[in-house]
Amino acid sequence: MAEVEFDQASRIYTAGAKPAVNRLDLEIADGEFVVLVGPSGSGKSTALRMLAGLEEIDGGQIRIGGRNMVGVPSRDRDIAMVFQNYALYPNKTVGENMAFPLKMRGVPKEERATKVKAAAEILGLSEYLDRKPRALSGGQRQRVAMGRAIVREPQVFLMDEPLSNLDAKMRVSTRTEIAAMQRRLGVTTVYVTHDQVEAMTMGDRVALLKDGELQQFATPAELYDKPANAFVAGFIGSPAMNLFTLPVSEEGVRMGSSELALPRSLRSRITEAGLSTVQLGIRPEQWTVGSNGDGAGVKAQVDVVEELGSDAFLYAHLDDGEQTPVVVRTGGRSGARRGDQIALTPTSEDLHLFDPSTGERV
Amino acid sequence: MAAPTTTERPATPSTQDLAPARKGRVGASLLTVLAWIVGIGFFFPILWMVLTAFKQEADAYTTPPKLFFTPTLDQFRAVFDAGIGPYLLNSLFATVVSTILVLVLATPAAFAVSLRPVKKVQDVLFFFISTKMLPVVAAIVPIYVVVNDIGMLDNIWTLIVLYTAMNLPIAVWMMRSFFQEVPKELLEAASMDGASTARSLREVVLPVISPGMAATALICVIFAWNEFFFAVNLTAARAATVPVFLVGFITSEGLYFAKLCAAATLAALPVVIAGWIAQNKLVQGLSFGAVK
Repeated sequence: MAEVEFDQASRIYTAGAKPAVNRLDLEIADGEFVVLVGPSGSGKSTALRMLAGLEEIDGGQIRIGGRNMVGVPSRDRDIAMVFQNYALYPNKTVGENMAFPLKMRGVPKEERATKVKAAAEILGLSEYLDRKPRALSGGQRQRVAMGRAIVREPQVFLMDEPLSNLDAKMRVSTRTEIAAMQRRLGVTTVYVTHDQVEAMTMGDRVALLKDGELQQFATPAELYDKPANAFVAGFIGSPAMNLFTLPVSEEGVRMGSSELALPRSLRSRITEAGLSTVQLGIRPEQWTVGSNGDGAGVKAQVDVVEELGSDAFLYAHLDDGEQTPVVVRTGGRSGARRGDQIALTPTSEDLHLFDPSTGERV
Repeated sequence: MAAPTTTERPATPSTQDLAPARKGRVGASLLTVLAWIVGIGFFFPILWMVLTAFKQEADAYTTPPKLFFTPTLDQFRAVFDAGIGPYLLNSLFATVVSTILVLVLATPAAFAVSLRPVKKVQDVLFFFISTKMLPVVAAIVPIYVVVNDIGMLDNIWTLIVLYTAMNLPIAVWMMRSFFQEVPKELLEAASMDGASTARSLREVVLPVISPGMAATALICVIFAWNEFFFAVNLTAARAATVPVFLVGFITSEGLYFAKLCAAATLAALPVVIAGWIAQNKLVQGLSFGAVK
């Protein structure tokens, strides 16, 4: 068990080009579950592979338990990794696969057998120990890969999109299992995914990356409630936050022909930043829907209604001359139909404001 | 006007659907026939060789050829009396030792040009294969001079060195293609699990590519076993191999056709057996992609 630190860690594939990971700073506490999330090409996998010793660290340091890992080969880092395609040894049985890291570390045969048996018990693999990986289902293979990681009792677990080869249902159940197991074992874990739902549900803290740069490193709730910039705001949350770039007016902002009044607290933040236009972020659940006749709110027309049972999402466009799309969450039985004219009013005082030129939170 | 078009419409696609299927079936049967012709074309000379090996010399020359005859083992007896034994042993020794050497050298070399690429891989690979571009005839005189100078003429180790050199480029290329099929993550997982490069190569990679190794070994065995040119030029009584022995039946007094066939049948047997043994592994090799 150990804390993990990325200290200005960089990975540069071609000299002069933009680094794949640029001066990444992360401090991960002992026993913490941290998720690296971002779109493809964001450098999240590269960062994990740098920690694993599978990629060079071209600048800065990565420390595990205070020890600098630059130049230390993977096998001396005392870490275990679960790969996206599991990377099980095809010619070894499940038991041999799980025992392999112990064997490589010179653990005596009997102790190996005991540990493998215990791990297999936890993972429900006891009856499959003599099978070859190819005779297992995707979910079972995934668990063997987990087993191979946990028998070692490493200082850090690394997981590189371990759920992406599973079907949707398995993914949800395995997600919970992994999170529960990590809490029980208390091993520091770094988990890479492109799926923001996995990131939000599993991580103690989430590091959101884009183009090799860290955007925000915070708890899931903080990412959702106080996104550091417009990119984080748009990435976290499904459906995504509505983002509008709007001119600032006396009472708030102008949205097409109507004026959207903003609470005093938000207005003062805009004035302080000295902005004449502002990027306003409103989450789908931060709207109230009224009918078009009563004068208040922003006019919009419904294009698609998604009924999910507990909720419904209205995909609409504003009557602002530019048909700006907008997503609204309403109760499950909203009764809204395609083509309906609606009037939208933001409910919450906690709307999100970003500087349109930098994207930073105001 | 409307009625005929509507009745025609379902009819048109169905005949269109049938046509390619029928064409496909005809094509497939044509291909089958062609495959049989080619197959028999390859097999017939071998069958004829084996049949002739069981004939008397007199029966071997008849026109039209005799298909029915009293089989005899006389020719095989004659071949053994002529002393094929030492030649077989020489061939066996040269083939087995050179093949083992080739595998021992080609495996790390192929690893270095595939999974753990060294610098300028393409150049290295081209260098390997370029050694096969020069015809052996062109190199035989310098080789002969060198071998003579170091006093290694008519020595089986000379053949072993040459056969190893001859098969090494092919083996490196073959093994490289098998190595490339191995998912990189397997090696990464092994190193994460604490295995050294040598250990992960031995414990993780080699079991996965063993069908490929079997195929490579078989190719090397066939090439070394059948090699004639070096053997006939660099050996005499002590180190000569089976192909050299076979030629002995073509003499100025005449061709001992049945005996030649008997000797050739004996010479072909070990390769057939090696192929048969390797077959199991080779079939596994066909399902090689199923690693995930």
